[in-house]
Amino acid sequence: MSGRITLAVAGRVLRQVRRDHRTLAMLLVVPCVLISLLWWMFEDLPGDLFDRFGPGLLAMFPFIVMFLVTSVTTLRERSSGTLERLLTMPMGKLDFLLGYALAFGLLAAVQSALAVAVSVGLLGLEVHGSVWLLGVVAVADAVLGTALGLLVSAFATTEFQAVQFMPAFVLPQILLCGLFVPREAMPGVLEAVSNVLPMSYAVDAMQELVGAADTGAIWRSVAIVACFALASLGLGAATLRRRTP
Amino acid sequence: MMKKVIAVRDLVVVRGEREVLPGISLDVSAGVTGLLGPSGCGKTTLMRSLVGAQRVRSGTVEVLGEPAGSASLRDRIGYVTQAASVYDDLTVAENLAFFARVLGVDRASVDEAVAAVALDDHRDQVVGRLSGGQRSRAGLAVALLGKPDLLVLDEPTVGLDPVLRRDLWELFHRIADAGAAVLVSSHVMDEAERCHRLLLMREGRIIADGSPDEIRERTGTTDIEAAFLHLVEDTEPAA
Ligand SMILES: Nc1ncnc2c1ncn2[C@@H]1O[C@H](COP(=O)(O)OP(=O)(O)O)[C@@H](O)[C@H]1O
Ligand SMILES: [Mg+2]
Repeated sequence: MSGRITLAVAGRVLRQVRRDHRTLAMLLVVPCVLISLLWWMFEDLPGDLFDRFGPGLLAMFPFIVMFLVTSVTTLRERSSGTLERLLTMPMGKLDFLLGYALAFGLLAAVQSALAVAVSVGLLGLEVHGSVWLLGVVAVADAVLGTALGLLVSAFATTEFQAVQFMPAFVLPQILLCGLFVPREAMPGVLEAVSNVLPMSYAVDAMQELVGAADTGAIWRSVAIVACFALASLGLGAATLRRRTP
Repeated sequence: MMKKVIAVRDLVVVRGEREVLPGISLDVSAGVTGLLGPSGCGKTTLMRSLVGAQRVRSGTVEVLGEPAGSASLRDRIGYVTQAASVYDDLTVAENLAFFARVLGVDRASVDEAVAAVALDDHRDQVVGRLSGGQRSRAGLAVALLGKPDLLVLDEPTVGLDPVLRRDLWELFHRIADAGAAVLVSSHVMDEAERCHRLLLMREGRIIADGSPDEIRERTGTTDIEAAFLHLVEDTEPAA
């Protein structure tokens, strides 16, 4: 492993994203627009629905967007021959994976800074916990999305196939993360499933931050998300082979 | 006696269900060596084995005196896959700067590589907007970074116009003159004349090996395409 190469990969990925205005918009603008839409939708309804759903949405953006962007970029990297070339060079697999994780982790930090600024500053979302912890949750979340994206790109041969993993990997997590129905209130089986899905803990962490702000519970959730992210990075590394059939 | 750069012995590679290389043996030494054979005969598979990207079943592959795929070879071989293997959304200079950082070579070698493939005028252009020939030269420039001892180029001239092809072959010879061994694959037989040495390949085997003159002489033909056909008829007794 080499810091120089990890940074080279991260810098190169960021440069590619910067050049791609659509992806940049999806990363930075769309989350702000969606969170505003959510606020607007609930505006005339009684109760504090925005405070209930907002944090969950903030937790989902980094995960979903990074999953999509990473799975498509690494798939391109596999089909264009650049990955094959890189792996014949003095590049460690970990350099490659950490480079991606670093780039998308940074983007996630910027993304959630913007989304949180809009939510708290403009839309009046109340955050009881510390705002920088929100950033930590978002980055852990993004690294998880990146790692899973890297992983699924190994099982796709076209960009369309890569995108098809969205409904399989992401939608169930959105449904079961406790946003629509509290996890404790779900049928036992679904609650058990929810307990092993990483997004549930990301959403938990965000909701705790906005709500009661029990720092211990927040860190516990963050730690669980981070473990999932590390495990997926490990699995991703296993799919990255210098020698392929 | 020239130094062997590549030594392959009884290499067996199975891809999917097929035995693509059923036990190939060959040597490559300095100079420009052409690996010629029809599409699907296993050129890419062989080249991937040389750079350590191919899972092999048995046999030995030695490159620059080390087993293929050794970590110590990773900055001594320049490899261009059949796709140009560069990032389409980065400029020529950005691509080279990135690969230079991965290889740990300085910026000066970036300028040298750009100059070698004559892309100075396009260095700040995004690769995806270059012509096919310029794009493959950008891919080649990456392989030149750090002055490798061996260049493995998979069909670098395919689909290019005759002028560009001639320019590229001249470049391969300049690189070889500077001391590197260059292995170039092609399925176009008329590129044979431009090589010091030829390896003719068919169905995962080497069917002829020698200079273009030697091969023509041995087969009593006037061009390599005829020589290839002659050799095929020889190895395939009439049913
Ligand atoms: N990934 C793969 N899986 C299974 N078979 C493959 C794969 N890639 C190539 N092949 C088969 O291996 C044979 C040789 O392919 P290749 O080495 O690409 O030939 P060439 O480069 O000479 O055109 C072909 O028959 C091809 O169908
Ligand atoms: Mg090929």
